[in-house]
Amino acid sequence: MNYKTRKLKDQLVSLWIRFMVLLVVALPLIIAFSLLYKSWLILGHSSLSELLFSSVWRPLAGEFGFFPFIVSSVWVTFIGLILTTPICLFSAIFLTYYGSRHLLRFMQPVIDILAGIPSVIYGVWGILVIVPAIGKYLAPMFGYESSGFSIMAGGIVLSVMLIPFILNILIEIFRTVHQDLFDASLSLGASKWQTIKHVVLRKSFAGIVSAFGLGLSRAFGETIAVLMVVGNVVGVPENLFQPGYPLPALIANNYGEMLSIPMFDSALMFAALLLMVVVVVFNIISRRTIIYLESKH
Amino acid sequence: MEDTKISIQNLNLWFGKLKILNEINIEIPEKKVTVILGPSGCGKTTLMRTMNRLVDLQGNAKISGKIMLDGEDILNTKRDITLVRQKMGLLSQRPTTLPMSIFNNVAYGLRLKGIRGRKKLWPHVEKHLIEANLWDEVKDRLNDPASRLSIGQQQRLCLARGLAVSPEIILADEPTSSLDPISASVIENQFFKLKENYTIVLVTHIMRQAKRIADYVVFMYLGDVIEQAPVDEFFNNPQHKMTREYLRGAFY
Repeated sequence: MNYKTRKLKDQLVSLWIRFMVLLVVALPLIIAFSLLYKSWLILGHSSLSELLFSSVWRPLAGEFGFFPFIVSSVWVTFIGLILTTPICLFSAIFLTYYGSRHLLRFMQPVIDILAGIPSVIYGVWGILVIVPAIGKYLAPMFGYESSGFSIMAGGIVLSVMLIPFILNILIEIFRTVHQDLFDASLSLGASKWQTIKHVVLRKSFAGIVSAFGLGLSRAFGETIAVLMVVGNVVGVPENLFQPGYPLPALIANNYGEMLSIPMFDSALMFAALLLMVVVVVFNIISRRTIIYLESKH
Repeated sequence: MEDTKISIQNLNLWFGKLKILNEINIEIPEKKVTVILGPSGCGKTTLMRTMNRLVDLQGNAKISGKIMLDGEDILNTKRDITLVRQKMGLLSQRPTTLPMSIFNNVAYGLRLKGIRGRKKLWPHVEKHLIEANLWDEVKDRLNDPASRLSIGQQQRLCLARGLAVSPEIILADEPTSSLDPISASVIENQFFKLKENYTIVLVTHIMRQAKRIADYVVFMYLGDVIEQAPVDEFFNNPQHKMTREYLRGAFY
């Protein structure tokens, strides 16, 4: 090959690489803009505060209040995260510092399998196990009546789905804490648990925050499994054992059916935009938190 | 000879099937600097980690023999192992500052001993930072994260932190290997002063360092103790052929 063709190939490849990178960078922007473009209609029709804080949802009458959906989303995410936090944190600590190496080697593929199960299966499992359990036992225990299809069911299923995701990140984070640091704390007379509490958790705090931040973004957008167990009734839930209707479920349930009403179509696009904005904001906040926390140590 | 602080008797150690330490017998005199000298991979660090039982953390370690500290076999003690560890300050190759402020790094071990409250901790922290020759450099920034100090300062902070739990022994594992020459000589000079009150065990592969600060030298090779002698005897009149070769620089 002579010099000229080599140079030409070189230039072509570098052009192609640049284009690919540009595509990756541009994709979220393109999606955001098209969502914004599609929701323009509803944004002109109702004010932003009305859309966000009104509880009236009558698409056929042209009234679109997203408050019930936002509240449902927040509750389901919140419950999912609260339930999954101690499970992930303590099992990550156990697997890294207490369990044998063989156990970790055995558990890693188990965690990966959990992560690989399609979310629809988690949904089915929720319907078969969690929903009846809530309807029969959990809700009556707290003095509520419930069919079982509820915010709580969504939260529990979500918490289980988050376990492999967050656990994997936490194990990676704990592994990066250097053995020397552990030794130093022990040599000063700390017990194993004191060392984990005062040194390991503190050292990896930024990482832990980011793991849960990523989990939060993921939880907020999780659709199918939650949709299957959450009840999908429009209305602000009064307690956790009532059904809810999170944003992703709203989009998934209705998109495609109501396209003949342009305003409804636009409303759903607005819901999608909202979802995207929330996830992006969560990401930015957790990134900022990490930078702040890392500068402290 | 002087009083023996630590007496290691017939110590063997395996990791799985691999034998790391072979029939180790060492007498470590009180309030002297004992240098354990030897090429990389000879078991010096493992020996040190056995002395304060950090080797316990490695699940596959098997140990036989005795390590007597003040007449008590610490390998088979019924006492809480954390109390035994507090008798020995550890200084490792790279400084390992804890993820907290300068003040709290020194206060960490004191708090574990039950001393609480900044007012009570203050005089201890000041005393030990002075002892480690760091006080003047950090007295105005005690609340800064320890990680902002230079590497040399961090190592002196680790020394202060170790001294704060009032150990009787200082175990130092190549404590100057990651430091610049000036910080290294500060640490070395500190050892000179500290041996008035502490028994110091220093692991190193730098012969000149051993010559400078040792009272007593133990030469190890591939898990065996080859020779142990007072420093002058060791360098001027080595008994063993392998020691002579090592001192000549024949192998590292």
